Amino acid sequence: MTTEARKTHAIDINALNRAGKSGRDKFDTCISVQDLNLFYGSKQALHNVNMEMPRKKVTAYIGPSGCGKSTLLRCINRMNDLVDGVTIQGKLLLDGEDIYDKNINVAALRRRVGMVFQKPNPFPKSIYENVAYGLRIQGINDRRVLDEIVEKSLRGAALWDEAKDRLNDNALGLSGGQQQRLVIARAIAIEPEVILLDEPASALDPISTLKIEELIDELKEKYTIVIVTHNMQQAARVSDYTAFMYMGELIEFGETSELFTNPAKKQTEDYITGRYG
Amino acid sequence: MDNSSFINQHISRQFNKEMEDIRNKVLTMGGLVEQQVDLATNAFMSYDMESAEKVIQQDQLINALEKDIDHECTEIMAKRQPAAFDLRMLIATIKIITDLERIGDEAARIAKMTMRIEAADYYQDKYYEIEHLLEMVKEMLNGALDAYARTDTEEVIAITAQDHKVDREYTSITRQLITQMMEDPRNITRALDMLWTARALERIGDHSCNVCEHVIYMVKGKDVRHLSHEELEKTVNEAR
Repeated sequence: MTTEARKTHAIDINALNRAGKSGRDKFDTCISVQDLNLFYGSKQALHNVNMEMPRKKVTAYIGPSGCGKSTLLRCINRMNDLVDGVTIQGKLLLDGEDIYDKNINVAALRRRVGMVFQKPNPFPKSIYENVAYGLRIQGINDRRVLDEIVEKSLRGAALWDEAKDRLNDNALGLSGGQQQRLVIARAIAIEPEVILLDEPASALDPISTLKIEELIDELKEKYTIVIVTHNMQQAARVSDYTAFMYMGELIEFGETSELFTNPAKKQTEDYITGRYG
Repeated sequence: MDNSSFINQHISRQFNKEMEDIRNKVLTMGGLVEQQVDLATNAFMSYDMESAEKVIQQDQLINALEKDIDHECTEIMAKRQPAAFDLRMLIATIKIITDLERIGDEAARIAKMTMRIEAADYYQDKYYEIEHLLEMVKEMLNGALDAYARTDTEEVIAITAQDHKVDREYTSITRQLITQMMEDPRNITRALDMLWTARALERIGDHSCNVCEHVIYMVKGKDVRHLSHEELEKTVNEAR
C-alpha cells in the first residue's frame, strides 16, 4: 500500500513512457554568425567564426583570457565599431537581418540588443531615473507610463523589493550586486530582444552572483541571452548552450549538458577539466 | 583520451593526486574482490574451511573500501566541481564499487555455504559441473578490472558477449542438476549446494558486465545500460 507521504505522487505511466523519448526543443535561431573575421589593425582577433544562437535561451561563451569571447559578444551590438582600426568581415544576422549592413541604424540596433558589463555602471542619478533613462531618451515622459515600466523592470531584475522604498536615492548608494541588477533593470526597461552580459557577476560576492544567475534563468523566458564568463561552473549552471573559444577560433559549440559531460574536442575537455593545453 | 595517464594532467597537482588515489583504491578493491572469489570457490570445491573463514572475515575490508571510496568521490565533487572525463570517472567509480561490493557478497555467500556443508556430506567427486562456469566468470571479472585500470574499452565487448555464454551455461547446469535430483533424491543436497553456487557465479558475471558498462560510460560518455549486445557493440564502435 502507498503510504501517506507518497500518496500525492501519483504514478503517471504515460508520462514515464514519454520521458526520454521526446526530442530536444526546436532550435529557433535568433542570432546567426557567418564566416566572421575581425581584425584589430593587422592583428586578427576572430577567425572565421560560424555559430547559431537560439532564441529565448542562454548561450555562454567560455575560454581563456584573450580568446575573443568578449570581442565576439561586442560584435552582436556593434560595440566594436567604437574601437579604432577595427575591420570586420562576414555576416552577423539578427532575426535574419545582417546588422553590419550599411542601412542599419546602430542606435536602433542597440535598443534591440542591450548590454551589461563586468563592473556595474549606474548613472549618478536616482534609482528611478537610471531605469527611466532609456525611456526618456525615447521621448516617453508620461509619469504614469514611466512609473509602471520602472516597477516592472525593477521587478524583472529582482530588485523591486529592495529598492521600492528608496527609488529617489542615488543609485551609487546601492551595493555592487544591487547596482548590477539595477543596470539589468535599465537594460530591460526598453524591452530589448537580446541581452548581452559581459562577465556580469565577476565583480560580485557569491550571494549576489547567485541572485544574478537566478535572474538570468528568469530573463530567458522573454529574452535571448548571451553571456561571457570566466567562471566555467557558472556557464554550466546558467546556460543552455555553450561555445568554447580558443585563440580567436570557435572550437566547439553545443548543448551545455553535453559539452560539460562529454565534449567532442580534446581542447574543450582539457580546458573544462583544468588540464594542460 | 584512451589512456590512464590522462588522469595525471590537471593543472592542480592536488586534484591529480586525489583522482589517482581513488583509482588506486578501486584497483585495490578489485584485486581483493578477485582474490575473494578465488578463495571462496576453492574453499567450496575442496572443502577448505580455513579459506572459507578467511573469505568471510575479509568481506568487511571490501565493505570498508566501498565506503571510503564513496566518501572520497563525494568530497572531490563538492570541492572541485569536476567536468567531462573527471565527472564521468567519479560517477562510474561510485557505481563500479557498488558492483564490486556485491561480487564480494556473492563470494562470502559461497564461503558461508561451504561452512554449512557437513563433512559427512562432502562429495569426493568434487563439483565438476561448475568448473567451466567458474573459469568464464573469473575471466570476465579480470577483464572488467583490466578495462578500468587501462581506461580502455577495447576488450569490453568480448566480456559482455561472454555474459550470454555464462547465462547459457547456468541454464544448462540447472537442467543437469534437476535431472540428477530426479534420478536419485539422495543427490538433492549436493545438487542444491551446487545450484546456489552456480547462481552466485552467474551473478558475479552480471556484476562484471555492469562494471564494463560503467567503464564504457567513463571512457566514451555513452550510457549503454539495458541495451542488447548488438546495440551495445554498435554504440561503442560509433562513439569517438
